[in-house]
Amino acid sequence: MADVKLDRARPETIRAVPVRHPWRWVTIAALAVLAAMFIHLLVSNDRFDWSFMLDNMFNPPIVEGARTTIIITVLAMVIGVVLGVVIAVMRLSTNPILSSAAWLYTWFFRAVPRLVLLVLFGNLGILWERLEFGLPFDRQLGALFGIHDLDARIFGVDARTFLSGFVAGLLGLALSEAAYMAEIVRAGIQSIDPGQFEASAALGMSRGLTLRRVVLPQAMRVIVPPTGNETIAMLKDTSLLVFVPVTNELFFQLSAIGARTFRVFPMLVAACLWYLALTSVLMVGQHFIERYFSRGYGTQQRARMRLRGLEAEHGAVEIEGGTP
Amino acid sequence: MTDAANAGGSTASDLMVRADNVHKSFGSLEVLKGIDLEVRPGEVCCVIGPSGSGKSTFLRCINHLEKVTAGRIWVDGDLIGYRERGDKLHEMREREVAAQRQSIGMVFQRFNLFPHMTAAENVMEAPIRVRRVSKASAQQRAVAVLRRVGLGDKVDTYPNQLSGGQQQRVAIARALAMEPKLMLFDEPTSALDPELVGDVLDAMKDLARDGMTMIVVTHEIGFAREVGDSLIFMDDGVVVEAGPPREVIANARHERTRSFLAKVL
Repeated sequence: MADVKLDRARPETIRAVPVRHPWRWVTIAALAVLAAMFIHLLVSNDRFDWSFMLDNMFNPPIVEGARTTIIITVLAMVIGVVLGVVIAVMRLSTNPILSSAAWLYTWFFRAVPRLVLLVLFGNLGILWERLEFGLPFDRQLGALFGIHDLDARIFGVDARTFLSGFVAGLLGLALSEAAYMAEIVRAGIQSIDPGQFEASAALGMSRGLTLRRVVLPQAMRVIVPPTGNETIAMLKDTSLLVFVPVTNELFFQLSAIGARTFRVFPMLVAACLWYLALTSVLMVGQHFIERYFSRGYGTQQRARMRLRGLEAEHGAVEIEGGTP
Repeated sequence: MTDAANAGGSTASDLMVRADNVHKSFGSLEVLKGIDLEVRPGEVCCVIGPSGSGKSTFLRCINHLEKVTAGRIWVDGDLIGYRERGDKLHEMREREVAAQRQSIGMVFQRFNLFPHMTAAENVMEAPIRVRRVSKASAQQRAVAVLRRVGLGDKVDTYPNQLSGGQQQRVAIARALAMEPKLMLFDEPTSALDPELVGDVLDAMKDLARDGMTMIVVTHEIGFAREVGDSLIFMDDGVVVEAGPPREVIANARHERTRSFLAKVL
């Protein structure tokens, strides 16, 4: 290639008149007017009561409520993801009992609305006064063998204390999340090339090992973005805990101040700002996690590596294709 | 070193691979219709045939990636996939099958490297997790096998930064790291650009020279002639012709073999 002599002069670089976009200017003008109207509304309407909002949106109970919201979000997601992985693996298992059980679980928890589920969990205390753990059906079994009031219980707790708002709400959110996570994880596992399973099997790796070391790390690339969405949705769904009720949670506290002072609207705006801020933090976190799990993929990194290689070898890089 | 005279006296115990009347069906479709094969230790056996002839399926039966429907396969004297107790065959547990596979290396047409691991990590994974080798010695060995296939400088490179030929050589190194007694190659050069085939074939020749027992499903007739100790032509689920490569290629006895060879040569 280098031997081919180019003795023709290089033509002049093209300096063409760029295409004009008049409609962009029209759109900008229209949006500017709308933005001006919105700002005018925010500034001129005194129902917003900005000073009241600012004075109250960082009250200690509200900051405490934000903390509870974050804790419940994190706990519900951790339980949801772990349980979701278990259910997804069960669903894809060759054991028909496990896979039907997993199907039944996802069916139930996806079919019932989260709000209904939370109210239901909040009222579970109606079923029992005490929760006791031990041998199941101990009284019935005792009666069968002629023993009256056989008691094979290890410990018990008061149902109303145990199923407090916090625990009931957390369970409701986590169990319903697990159903959605199971579907996401299943999609992730199924997106993996069957060749990966075969290569692992041919190396003598067990199915569990293959899943842990080969399949799930790759599936993470598919699993992480929707999980980020789920986490953000979860953070927002903690506001449903008002109906359990969980009283020390962010939205409950914000609307409580609104109700107490008859200034509902400023506190609703405060709720918007709080959720906006919390969600934005999560989005930044999601960005970094996604970048980590896409290592070994991606055109950006690849291009950068190629360039580095080119530099290192002074253009003597082998150009080989054929990579899928 | 692999003459027909020698084959007659072989017993199962001094063969590396013995297949006896292997059948395989997918539903009502019978893909293998009674395959017999004997491969001695150190032998390179090449399998050719048109696509759909069942050669890949047969190869996958040898390490139990596919369950045979009828017949038996032994590798180094061990029955693959089943245990014989009295006159009954018992299916092996997953763990036992995995143990058998540890000593059978396999190289796939589409490489199947683990894309989230570097070349060295790909090679080290099974020795560390399956053989329980220490990380330090696995690493040492990984560098050694990668160097052997000519990739000593690509140790820390991810598969997608490697060419197809380099990826396939990493795949060979990955199989070698488990110190297999048998290597199965499933059309190892079919997914490669023509100019990259040579490096992979060189790595395989090097292995053959070192006395590795190999079964190679391939379209590279040149490789079969040069490196192979025996050549098998399969068509429509049966072995049509078998013998020393030069002989089969030069004077095929069957019309089907001749017409296939005419197309690929």
